[in-house]
Amino acid sequence: MGMKSWWSWKLQEMKASKHSYVLLAPYMILFIMFTVIPVVISIILSFTYFNMLEFPKFIGWQNYTRLFLEDDVFLIAIKNTLLFAIITGPISYIACFVFAWIINELTPKWRAFMTLIFYAPSISGNVYFIWLMIFSGDRYGIANGLLIKWGFLLEPIQWLKTEAYIMPILILVQLWLSLGTGFLAFIAGLQTVDRTLYEAGAVDGIKNRWQELWYITLPSMRPQLMFGAVIQLTTSFAVADVSIALAGFPSVNYAAETVVTHLIDFGTTRFEMGYASAIATVLFMIMVGTNLLVQKLLRRVGE
Amino acid sequence: MAAITTAKKRVNRSLSGSISLFALLLVFGAFMVLPLIYAINNAFKPLDEIFTFPPTLFVKNPTLSNFTDLLNLLSDSWVPFSRYIFNTVFITGIGIVGHVLLASAAAYPLAKHKFPGKVFMFQVVVLSLMFTPAVTAIPNYMIMSWLGWIDTYWAVIIPAFAYSLGLYLMKQFMEQIPDALLEAAKIDGASEYRIFWSIVMPNVKPAWLTLIILLFQMLWGSDGNGYIYSEQLKTLHYAAGQIIQGGISRAGAGAAVALILMSVPITLFIFSQSRIIETMASSGMKD
Repeated sequence: MGMKSWWSWKLQEMKASKHSYVLLAPYMILFIMFTVIPVVISIILSFTYFNMLEFPKFIGWQNYTRLFLEDDVFLIAIKNTLLFAIITGPISYIACFVFAWIINELTPKWRAFMTLIFYAPSISGNVYFIWLMIFSGDRYGIANGLLIKWGFLLEPIQWLKTEAYIMPILILVQLWLSLGTGFLAFIAGLQTVDRTLYEAGAVDGIKNRWQELWYITLPSMRPQLMFGAVIQLTTSFAVADVSIALAGFPSVNYAAETVVTHLIDFGTTRFEMGYASAIATVLFMIMVGTNLLVQKLLRRVGE
Repeated sequence: MAAITTAKKRVNRSLSGSISLFALLLVFGAFMVLPLIYAINNAFKPLDEIFTFPPTLFVKNPTLSNFTDLLNLLSDSWVPFSRYIFNTVFITGIGIVGHVLLASAAAYPLAKHKFPGKVFMFQVVVLSLMFTPAVTAIPNYMIMSWLGWIDTYWAVIIPAFAYSLGLYLMKQFMEQIPDALLEAAKIDGASEYRIFWSIVMPNVKPAWLTLIILLFQMLWGSDGNGYIYSEQLKTLHYAAGQIIQGGISRAGAGAAVALILMSVPITLFIFSQSRIIETMASSGMKD
């Protein structure tokens, strides 16, 4: 089959599927406009100096060298972001699964109730400012109040203004918020696991629930495990709102700076768009890279 | 716990294992729910109870004064409270309707048709699940300003139409519709659009609810940050943030507004829970 006939064949196929394209078009046009093109523009801008007023000026890799060699705050941001990703990523992922797994053993009514309890924080519309009251710096904050009452503290602590406490508190709040879409996918996935596999497993010599989990449940849920991993990882790399709401912007001595808050700083405060785009591009690469790596690892579950 | 007795054919569960797992569930369940209980109680505490030492979790003398304070506070503000509510409801409502329609229309061919470019298009959508909107914030702002949408509702609403998680879930869900059903309609002479509207759409109602709740959560909590500058276009969430930052004098009103903000999406979830879980069951990425 020659090149030309391949093309005419494809073209014919496309004509035959014109209804498919018509149905896809409205979504795809907006998706391309607000997701694909912005990613491309962002990558292009990352090689320029751009202040929103003058036309972007091409400067090669300069933004990237500045980012990694001269920007001390970016290094803090990277360190904090990785810390978030390494701690909240796996913990929230495992927590999503473990709690879904335990909840799955309950009766339907209790299952619905416990699902609500674990899911409520992530769905309740950014109410993490509750934690501002809990970690408020005066003695009326719950944390200070209880610690003073129980005699662990004499004076209230400025939790969110003390460098050493900021990150642990943010990690705690991020974990509180992190049982979201991935958690629901696991709850649902567990209910679809084929029951007969467990009976067959019991006959084949599976002795306890842990073996059952590793040899039957986890492999049956591999598709949901993949989906959950993508969702949890992406969220844990993108921490910014919680940091800004709780620790302030900028936080004390940049203790709560993350890649995204750094990006916001250069993009919206300093109008260094080229530089901010370089930050965005680095984040994008890190996210896609880790996601592919984690998916590769997950393929081995239960083997 | 009934499952432990009903699963007779499954392997024995050790009692100590069960107890420790459920203890785990209780401890972490408490961690999840206590801040919310605290927030609910705070909304009904008189001001002196919010500032007692030591702080209390539960309210002793419940009052509605925080809510009346909130209304007074907002009726004095330059923009009436009803305007913030209208803005949020408008953005959320239009955003949801548009997203459900567009994402479903796009999901149908991706799930059920074969055509050139299909695999590539879907892969790009999956890839976009892997990054945060922050990555594209700057170019998005530029595009909005080219379109002249800065400081309009559309800057928040239209991008939400093309939210990738919704399309992804909808496509996974539609794959479960039996092909025979669609074939039968085709034989009866129905057009693709008719099949989509009269057969596919009614069959994916559980997935609608999931998309609705996802978008609701996203748009209800949006403050138009970066796109909307006019006070009279700002959202409830933005107004809430202003009140909460108001400090001690507004602590009561802040607690009331926090309760209002959180109770709406939670209520919505309670009513749609079983349908949402049905959709999530098909959420997986296949190898």
